[in-house]
Amino acid sequence: MIPAPFEYARAESVDHAIELLTANPDSKVIAGGHSLLPLMRLRLARPAMLVDISRIGDLAYVREDSGEVAIGALTRHHDVANSEVLHELCPIVSYTAGQIGDPQVRHVGTIGGSCAHSDPASDMPTVLVALGATLTVRGPGGASRVVPAADFFKGLFEPDLASNEIVAEIRVPVTRGRGWSYLKFHRRAQDWALVGVAALAGDGGAPAVALTNMGERPVRAIGVEEALAGGADPATAAMRADEGTNPPSDTFGSAEYRRELAKVLVRRALEEAAAR
Amino acid sequence: MAQVMDRFVGQRVLRKEDPELITGRARYVESISLPGMVWMAVVRSPFAHARIRRIDTARAAAMPGVIGVFTAADLEGEWGGPLPFVWPITEDIKVPVHWPLTTDKARYQGDGVAVVVAESRGQAEDAAEAVAVDYEPLPAVTDLEQAATDAVLIHDDLGTNVVVHWSHGGAGDQSVFESAPVVVKERYVAPRLIPNAMEPRGCVADVNPAMGEFTLYSATQIPHVARVTLGGTCNIPESKLRVVAPDVGGGFGSKLNIYAEEALALVLARRLKRPVKWVEARSENYLATIHGRGVIHDVEIAATEEGKILGLRVKELADMGAYYQLLTPGIPELGGWVYMGPYDMQAYWYEFTGVLTNATPTDAYRGAGRPEATYVLERAVDALARRLGKDPAEVRRISLVPPFTEARAAISGLNVDSGNYEAAFDRALELVGYDELRREQAERRQRGDVKQLGIGLSSYIEMCGLAPSNILGALRYAAGGWDACTVQCLPDGKVVLKIGTSPHGQGHVTTWAQIAADTLGVTPDDVEVFHGDTSVAPLGMDTYGSRSVSVGATALYYALEKIKEKARTLAAHELEVAEEDLEFEAGSFRVKGAPDKVRSITELATSAWHAHNLPAGFEPNLEATAVWDPPNFTWPAGTHVCVVEVDTETGGVEISRYVAVDDCGRVINPMIVEGQVHGGVAQGIAEALFEEARYDANGNLMTSTMTTYLVPSAAELPTFTLDRTETPSTTNPLGVKGIGEAGTIAAPPAVVNAVIDAVSHLGVTHIDKPVSPERVWRAIRAAKGGAA
Ligand SMILES: Cc1cc2nc3c(=O)[nH]c(=O)nc-3n(C[C@H](O)[C@H](O)[C@H](O)COP(=O)(O)OP(=O)(O)OC[C@H]3O[C@@H](n4cnc5c(N)ncnc54)[C@H](O)[C@@H]3O)c2cc1C
Repeated sequence: MIPAPFEYARAESVDHAIELLTANPDSKVIAGGHSLLPLMRLRLARPAMLVDISRIGDLAYVREDSGEVAIGALTRHHDVANSEVLHELCPIVSYTAGQIGDPQVRHVGTIGGSCAHSDPASDMPTVLVALGATLTVRGPGGASRVVPAADFFKGLFEPDLASNEIVAEIRVPVTRGRGWSYLKFHRRAQDWALVGVAALAGDGGAPAVALTNMGERPVRAIGVEEALAGGADPATAAMRADEGTNPPSDTFGSAEYRRELAKVLVRRALEEAAAR
Repeated sequence: MAQVMDRFVGQRVLRKEDPELITGRARYVESISLPGMVWMAVVRSPFAHARIRRIDTARAAAMPGVIGVFTAADLEGEWGGPLPFVWPITEDIKVPVHWPLTTDKARYQGDGVAVVVAESRGQAEDAAEAVAVDYEPLPAVTDLEQAATDAVLIHDDLGTNVVVHWSHGGAGDQSVFESAPVVVKERYVAPRLIPNAMEPRGCVADVNPAMGEFTLYSATQIPHVARVTLGGTCNIPESKLRVVAPDVGGGFGSKLNIYAEEALALVLARRLKRPVKWVEARSENYLATIHGRGVIHDVEIAATEEGKILGLRVKELADMGAYYQLLTPGIPELGGWVYMGPYDMQAYWYEFTGVLTNATPTDAYRGAGRPEATYVLERAVDALARRLGKDPAEVRRISLVPPFTEARAAISGLNVDSGNYEAAFDRALELVGYDELRREQAERRQRGDVKQLGIGLSSYIEMCGLAPSNILGALRYAAGGWDACTVQCLPDGKVVLKIGTSPHGQGHVTTWAQIAADTLGVTPDDVEVFHGDTSVAPLGMDTYGSRSVSVGATALYYALEKIKEKARTLAAHELEVAEEDLEFEAGSFRVKGAPDKVRSITELATSAWHAHNLPAGFEPNLEATAVWDPPNFTWPAGTHVCVVEVDTETGGVEISRYVAVDDCGRVINPMIVEGQVHGGVAQGIAEALFEEARYDANGNLMTSTMTTYLVPSAAELPTFTLDRTETPSTTNPLGVKGIGEAGTIAAPPAVVNAVIDAVSHLGVTHIDKPVSPERVWRAIRAAKGGAA
């Protein structure tokens, strides 16, 4: 199908985008369009106006910045996946970007869009939650706030984002030397995860573990982390992978199956992170 | 068959049609735009079952660009009859009435209730959304067995959903099912599949109001059938209707049909005196284009203690959907002739019951009945081997029919043209390294590896080359199975073929050109092939059932024979010798013993066109038409072997090897044959592991987009190892059999058998298609004594 009628405006800058969004209440940001357009074509989303931010040049970058890596919101998955800076300083992010969709999706979809869409089946939000990353959100009047990833993904398609705010930057810690793993169980190469697991060896403390598609938002596997902190071996700790989760049942798999998958994948991810 | 020289036949000639197709220069229906053209959009029921109380079109009609909104009542006077259904397979079959727009109830999600015509596609779709239909939702039934209880009636006037029962009638001694040393009973459930041609459907209906003439451009496999049947539905004399299938982007049977939108576009063009265009969206395709499969089988296989098969008894329940499309109940019946596969047996029984449901109509999907049959047989053979604790290869081996080169009567009653099943079987096992794999499997089992190895076999035969007209008549099909070809040798040495088959990706243009080039002494580039246009190639029965090479190319062969005979007369005249003194080779006639006295066919075409000096009574021009009706089907066969690794913790399946050894008789172009096998096997693997159209309890299609309906990509598929054996058909002079459906027929049981084989040592004996990771995981858990 083709989308319902809509107006289109191209933003020249972040501030211009925010102005357009503020002036047009029923408007929506479009970046890569790879989540938004499918919804519009099925007429499940019907914004009156699209504010296109994809040509804002200074929002696409990956750079080291005061002990962190800063990633511009408009950086395409492909560029995240191939970033030398990330390979060296935070490889779980670049690896995971390479697991998103297919080459076409990765060349068009953006890391900011992946976050703002707040789909619990998306890969990058889980990794950001495991990393304790932050998002920089800009709003009207030059306002800017920094939101921890764990707070940003509030619920199903529900980011901590007002309708006239823009995700400008994602900041991740340098994890050099820490073992990591992102395991994604999916049916076809380009599919979203039935279940995904991000594991990151502790920086002194116990490993961090977060789950994709095990509830309304990306969640830390609290039971696993607790067990590991208490000295449990990975196989034992992994048995608590589904604690506090609320996985969906859909055509890809039942909640019950997802719970079991989470246990297997957490164990494997912990083993891989330990070996890396 | 010795007539055809093999300068090009048998060679890997690159496909002539590919440059346009792969550089975006093909002309699909979507690319056709005519002056004054308007767009049509269909208002479809969101409910699977609902009475239509009222349709309010006022708001839609007032929207920008809208030319008209039409309900069934508005179009009542336009029809010559309902949509065509041409295969009433039994005398007492109940036939639901199927109008292009439903008049009283919506009977499946997507059933058309109104159409909107507007100046642009966007305007038509916007207005379609604004048509207000007052529905009274009714309970819906999509489950086959539940539908058969008639608790919910799809067509009230029929009084039942159980609309057809067809029985083969049985052959041989049925008492074996009681007396045999071993009888294994199994039940298999196969879901509906969505064909997913890369190009969805679409059509443009053009009208010449002054002449009362119509041209329908349609993404169809069957322009000729469309012309006859749509003429009837739309009240247009066949002589006034031209149907053109331009470049068509895949069909797989889904375009072997006549659809409401084609009829609607024609009558609206007549009503509005403007060309009317409709192009299907993908999500619309999932609802409005036929589905395949959707069957439940109960099977009994009887055998000796050694595993020699004695008999097969099959009862099938088949989902017809909410209406019949062109052939619907004929599809299970087609399978009903091949359940014995390549095996020798003494007893045979097949019957099926067709049931209406609140779902998209089913019809032919690549293989049409024969994949269903092969799946049931090959699963049952594996179940038999498991019961006996024998190697599935050994059980198959001892039951294979020995090689035969003349037609042989199969237990189902039809004559099989030729076969050498053992050759393909042995070659497949050799290529895959069967014994070595079994050793590795034993080792992994011994070690208790997380990843277990499974080996699945599938030996098949199929009947294709549809079909001998007299048999079709006996089966109550409403048309014949012949095909036609005209060959024109032009004065400049080029050649034109006009053929009645209608390709949609198969590479026919190249295949036909190779055959003509060898006989006429030209190159494939000198041969222009016209097809898919009823005014250019008026005679034909189109493309389906792997018939184009065995029927269509045989018509070409006989047309070439006629050309040769005519040219021989002219050559003898020009060379002043008797016809018997000429010998023919590579497109030229030579005088025996005087090889420098020679006339090529292309030279003769020029003189036949000049017509300055022709023998008495010789018709100018070198042109001939042949129509060929096959005396029998053709019967490809082969063995496929699939090797999988199953992750016993997650249920994930990965195909590590796939070997296909097919026998499609004589091969015209090995590269094209391999392409057909690749595509067919990919589609068969998809059926085994991924694809399933699922409905919820209210009859909503849950797998309604490509996100949830899982068509695999190259990344999920292994590298295929292909080989062939060659047993010429006795049905036609070319010795060809057809390869379009073989992969889809053979692959599903090979894959499913492999997965079950990988975990059979854990106690798993059964998993239904599609073998999803969750199903595998559940089967393992249940076998270990947990919940299913
Ligand atoms: C076939 C296919 C397969 C896919 N597979 C995967 C997969 O395996 N894993 C996965 O994680 N994802 C997958 N995706 C989703 C893909 O990653 C998307 O690109 C991504 O989710 C959205 O990024 P985008 O730039 O395209 O956002 P858009 O579609 O442009 O926008 C998405 C939403 O975010 C908002 N938005 C976008 N950018 C900003 C911003 N800077 N500030 C504020 N709001 C913003 C938009 O208004 C919209 O609501 C897949 C997509 C497709 C089409």
